[in-house]
Parts: sequence; C-alpha cells; structure tokens
Amino acid sequence: MTPKTASATMAAQTPTTLPGAEVLMRALAEQGVEVIFGYPGGAVLPIYDALFRQNHIRHVLVRHEQAAVHAAEAYARSTGKVGVVLVTSGPGATNAVTGLLDAMMDSIPLVCLSGQVPTALIGNDAFQEADTTGITRPVTKYNYLVRRPEDLAPAVHEAFAIAQSGRPGPVLIDLPKNITVGDAPYVGADQVKPRTGKVQVDPEREAVARAVAAMKKARRPLFYTGGGVINSGPEASEGLRKLAKLTGFPVTSTLMGLGAFPGTDKQFLGMLGMHGTYEANLATHGCDVLIALGSRFDDRVTGRLDAFSPDSFKIHADIDPSQINKIIHVDLPIIGDVGRTIALMIEEWEKQPAYEHKAELAAWWEQIEAWRGLNCLRFNQDHAPEAIIKPQQAIQRIYELAQETGRDTFVSTEVGQHQMWAAQFFKFDAPNRWLTSGGLGTMGYGLPAAVGAQIAHPDALVLDVAGEASTLMNIQELGTIAQYRLPVKLFIINNHYMGMVRQWQELLHGSRYSESYSDALPDFVKLAESFHAKGLRATQMDQLDGVIREALAHDGPVVVDLCVAEGENCFPMIPSGAAHNEMILGPEQEERGAKVTREGMMLV
Amino acid sequence: MQQNAPGSAVISLLVDNESGALARIIGLFSGRGYNIRSLTVAPVDEEGLVSRVNIVTTGTPADIRQVKAQIERLVPVSRVVDLSSAGPHVAREMALIKVVSSGEPRTEALRIAQAFRARAVDTTASSFVFELTGSTDKLDSFIELMRPLGLAEVSRTGIAAICRGPQTIQSH
Repeated sequence: MTPKTASATMAAQTPTTLPGAEVLMRALAEQGVEVIFGYPGGAVLPIYDALFRQNHIRHVLVRHEQAAVHAAEAYARSTGKVGVVLVTSGPGATNAVTGLLDAMMDSIPLVCLSGQVPTALIGNDAFQEADTTGITRPVTKYNYLVRRPEDLAPAVHEAFAIAQSGRPGPVLIDLPKNITVGDAPYVGADQVKPRTGKVQVDPEREAVARAVAAMKKARRPLFYTGGGVINSGPEASEGLRKLAKLTGFPVTSTLMGLGAFPGTDKQFLGMLGMHGTYEANLATHGCDVLIALGSRFDDRVTGRLDAFSPDSFKIHADIDPSQINKIIHVDLPIIGDVGRTIALMIEEWEKQPAYEHKAELAAWWEQIEAWRGLNCLRFNQDHAPEAIIKPQQAIQRIYELAQETGRDTFVSTEVGQHQMWAAQFFKFDAPNRWLTSGGLGTMGYGLPAAVGAQIAHPDALVLDVAGEASTLMNIQELGTIAQYRLPVKLFIINNHYMGMVRQWQELLHGSRYSESYSDALPDFVKLAESFHAKGLRATQMDQLDGVIREALAHDGPVVVDLCVAEGENCFPMIPSGAAHNEMILGPEQEERGAKVTREGMMLV
Repeated sequence: MQQNAPGSAVISLLVDNESGALARIIGLFSGRGYNIRSLTVAPVDEEGLVSRVNIVTTGTPADIRQVKAQIERLVPVSRVVDLSSAGPHVAREMALIKVVSSGEPRTEALRIAQAFRARAVDTTASSFVFELTGSTDKLDSFIELMRPLGLAEVSRTGIAAICRGPQTIQSH
C-alpha cells in the first residue's frame, strides 16, 4: 500500500483503534456487506471470531473454497452488489483461484479476503503459507498484502471501490494473522481516496453523435450487446429496450448479455456466436452497421476473424479501452459506461434528422424473418410415452414449466452442451437472472452459483440446469444447500457423457470418444436423499413433465436426474475456424456444413 | 503497409512504488505474450513513492496501442506514454564494457574508446572497464568494435527515456 491511497488522506483526529479483525468487520459493514461466503481455517480464526461476535454480516459456510467464489459471483451478478469471499491461507486461497479468474473473465465485482501466515513468517515456507498475492496477481483486477495495521481499513475500502469501478472484477486482500490479531486504526470510507480515477465513465458526446449519424445511414443495422449492459445496471437494460424500439433495429446478444433485452421480443434474434441462432449469425455476417454495446468480440462470438461481419461499419462502446481494437478493428470506438452511452444515443437519435432508410430496414427484416423461418433450434422429439427424452426437450420443458409458475426465476448453469441449450431455449425478459460461466467456462460453476442466487433471493425460484459431469465437480455444495435449507432445483441433463467434449470428438476427431464417457455415475436420487434433498428421476417422455412439475412445486431442494438421449449434438454450430455463414445446422435443418480446417482444429 | 510494420517502441510509465508493482507490469507482458527488450525502474520523486519504468518493446502500432491500454488498466499505474509515438524523445543507456587484451589490440581499444568518448573507469595491465553512455545504437556499435579487441563482459542498464521540449510525462 502506498501512503498515496489512504493513510496520507486520513483525517487529523485520532482514529479508533481496534483489533484488526474487528476493523475488518467494521469496514465490511460500512461497505454494506450483508453476506460472506467462506470457509474457516487457521490463518482466519481471528476473523471468524470477530464474525461470531457481531450481528451485521451473515456467513454462509460452503464446502469448498472454489464454491465460495462462484456463490459470491452469482450473488453479485443477481443483485448488482459486490460479492464477498473469506478463505484461509495456502490451500484455502489456491482453491479460490479458479473462481477469481472466472470473475475476472466475466467482469464480476468481488472482494476475496484470504488469511496469511504472520508477516514475520512470510517467505519461510510456513504451514499453509502460499504466495497468494503472487498466485492471484493475474487472476484479479488488483490485490493487496496488508503488511501494516494502518493499511487495513483503507485497503478494504479501496478494494470495494476498485471491484466496482469501470469494468468490474475481483480484488483480493491477503491478511496476515498478526494484522488481524493486533490492533489497527479504523478509518471510514470517506477518508480514503481510491485509485479509480482513470476510468472514463461519461462517453464523449461527439463520438456518440457520429455513431448515431452512422446508425441513421444504416440499411442493415444490428445491435450486438454483451455483459457490459448487465454490469451497467438495470437502467442500461431499460435504455437498450428504448433504443431498440426507437430505431427498430434487430438485437443479438452474447451469452453474458442474455436478459438485457427481452428474449421474447420480436426484435431479438437470439444469441450469436458458436452456438448462436442462424438468424443472429447471418445478420452479424450481413449487417452494414454493427453496434457493439458492452461486448468484447470474444472468439466464441467472432468465429473466423477475417470473415467476421466483413462489410459492416463497426461501432464499439465499452468502458474498458483495452477492449477496443483488441480482436476486431472497429471504425468508431466510444469509451464510457454503456448505460450512459445508450442514454446519449437515444438523445442523439431524437435530435438528428429522421431515419430515411425505413424501406431498406423493412427489407432487412424480411431477410431476417426468412432466416428465422429455418427455425434453427427445432429438434425432433418422439412424443410416445416410452420415448427417450432429448436433452433439448428436457431443457425447453424446464423453461416452459418454470414460466408457468409465474415466479421470479434465476437460472444458473454448468458448462457444456446443456449450457448452450439453456442459453438457446430460456428466454430471459429481465437482466441479472442468467448466471453462467462465460469467459472461463468453468465446469462446476452452476451449483454453487445457485447457492449464491438463492441466498440473495430467498423467495425466488432458483434453478441449476446442469450436466452430470459438470455438476459432479462441485456436488459437495448439496451440503451447503441442505444446511441453509435452500430450495434450489438442480436439473441434471444426464447423457452419460461430457456432452460438448463428445460432440467435438464426433465432429473433429473421428468419433473417437476418448475419456469423455461418464462412467460409474452415482445414483443421483440416492445422492440427493443422502444430502437431505428430494431426488427425482425421469427416463422416458411420459415422466418428464410430471417430474419437472413436482420438482418446481417442492418447497425444498430437489435433484432431478433427467436421463436423456446420449448422442444429441448442440446446433447450430460454427466449427472452429469457420465463418458465421458456414454454420453447421442440425439434422432437422438443411445440411450445409462447413469443413473444419486444420487451423480450426487447433482452436478450442 | 508502413502503418502496420512491426517496430520498436519506448513506453514510459509512472507507477506507485509499492510491493508487487513491477511484478504486475512484467506479468502482464509475459501473460499476454508481449516482448520486453529492455526495462529500467527507479523512484523519481522526492519521497520515493513513485517510480518511473521505461520499457522497450516491439510490435506493430496496433500491438503497441494494445500494450499501452493493458498497462493503463493496472491500478498502481498512474501514467503511460508511448514516447515513440508521442513526438521526439531522448533515449539513453549506459554500459560497462570489459576488454581483456594486450599489445596492439589493447591500444586500438583505447583509441576507439576515446573516439566514442567512453571513459576507462577501471584499468589493469591486462584489462579496461569502459563506461559508455549514449543511444542503444551507439552502444551496440561500440561493443561490436570491441569484440575482436578482447571483449570479455558487458553490463548494460537498459534505456532511460524522456520526451524532448517542455512537455512532460504528466502533460502528455
């Protein structure tokens, strides 16, 4: 910590001095923290003792530190607040690393507190010592090792500011045990000046005006919106809806942006990218003005770079200047908060001369409707009572029956085929309801994420759409779910395979299913029961709806083992190294497959 | 074409002088596959709270812009300037060069050192240590000339750079 941050700006009056752990609790309470997800251990015992002796902050005991981070991510994503994690030194901190990187990649604001051996022992290979700041430096937005008591409170306050400012992300504070045991001065957040001044929040009016001028000239426009719109807050989603209505332009979204624009709206083309819809990808390929809002041209979105939206004028609005021209060269960057950019775009749209290309826009919509007419997500389900359930059918029915309950619904996923199907079939009409691991693709994210969402929204319906392989990566969280009586509904789309791995092996590696079969699975019904939850199973079509309904109606945690067809692939699919107009469609649609190139095989 | 040709760039930054700050910068370079040709770091303010880092890196202008943007994201970094594109600048480095030889090569080494205005900071019957300050090119050519004359060891600082004229890293 430099004196520049906090201690230097401290007010002159003598600060209150308290044991470090109590200073920490006070700073967290001042930051509005209500819940901490954590797991105790030797180096954090003083902090757990201080937690025990206060009433402001609730602690949720997870069963693995990785799960604490994912739970905090979902808490943050579903509330807009900062998620807080508390782990011990050494293995506690290293177990949190995957979660921290997950939050980094998906821009989730977190503060992770980790215990550390006393400062005098640092560097001595002490018991449960790890170079935590060294290990977490590339997976956090910023991290601290608090070496002096006077740096403790300022570090906490600054950490919350950094986690939330600009493009959000995780911040870690490593706390040596002597700092939490010994006395430390308390300073309030108002006495700390965080180093967040570089962030440009307000976009330049002139850039927005030029963007809108380009939009006014567009004949085949497209909004391509991302997680930034969610991060910017509900007003940004409201603004996006207004802007779309005002312009009449089509909207597509990244995986992380789902819910920012209503999934049921006619102007929504569905997700774009590798498993995006036919209409969204062809519109991206064919548009003449592409308006990227809070999205970062991820490789899952772009496909082959030299063929990405080849003829469009590209506008890119993002709060993080390092995202501009990182992957795709754009014609017009707008740095700033995307919500404010959208608000300015609305002002400019109304101010500038009327849109003159209504006829061309109508023709563009006609083209889009023709693409939509292909019905790229259609699958063929045999409806005989004893028919095998297709995974798409299972996920579609979970969505439809959850809708029927009329309850506010939060959906988490693991990673793989089921995640992509959930992204395709769930139509989110509100932001912050969709909790998934996008950038990092962390298997095992969904169950702890459901814990975090349910803790944040005790009365809401919280579903985890899972695969049998992914969910086993953090299945121990059924213990957390039982302890806090969280009525989470875990739907396991069980195809006995790491489905996405199997799909790629089928398409790219000559159907050699190397190590992708889920052998020796547990009996998920009995597993549920052993964790004090309800266990249900459906193996054929006539059981599917009944089992889903029973799960949704149950006032407690449920694990549903949905045994589905093993060989289904997730379509449409843009093979690695292919362009958007070289999509592979499902067997139900016309086959116009792209060849997978050797370069494509090298991509993941 | 010229616009996208890879080249060398000098990036100067001001960073809070805190533990781990340099690791953050270097880690960013290695993690993202950027190249560091030379690196100099030292505190530059009265209280020793702020360090200046000068990095010579290579890449296309677009690469360099990306490097700069990525460095700017780092919390303890308060200023980043690409001196190569910000206008004229001065870049200098210092080298200590040990030459071990006798007879004619030794005399020749001393003669060349005088022409380069290198100072002999250590002299024995069989060796010199020359101190030479200048541009990287100047140091390179001096070292090349010393090679056949008994060049034994080289220690270079890497470059320190600053923009010409009244402008400063703060005013860029």
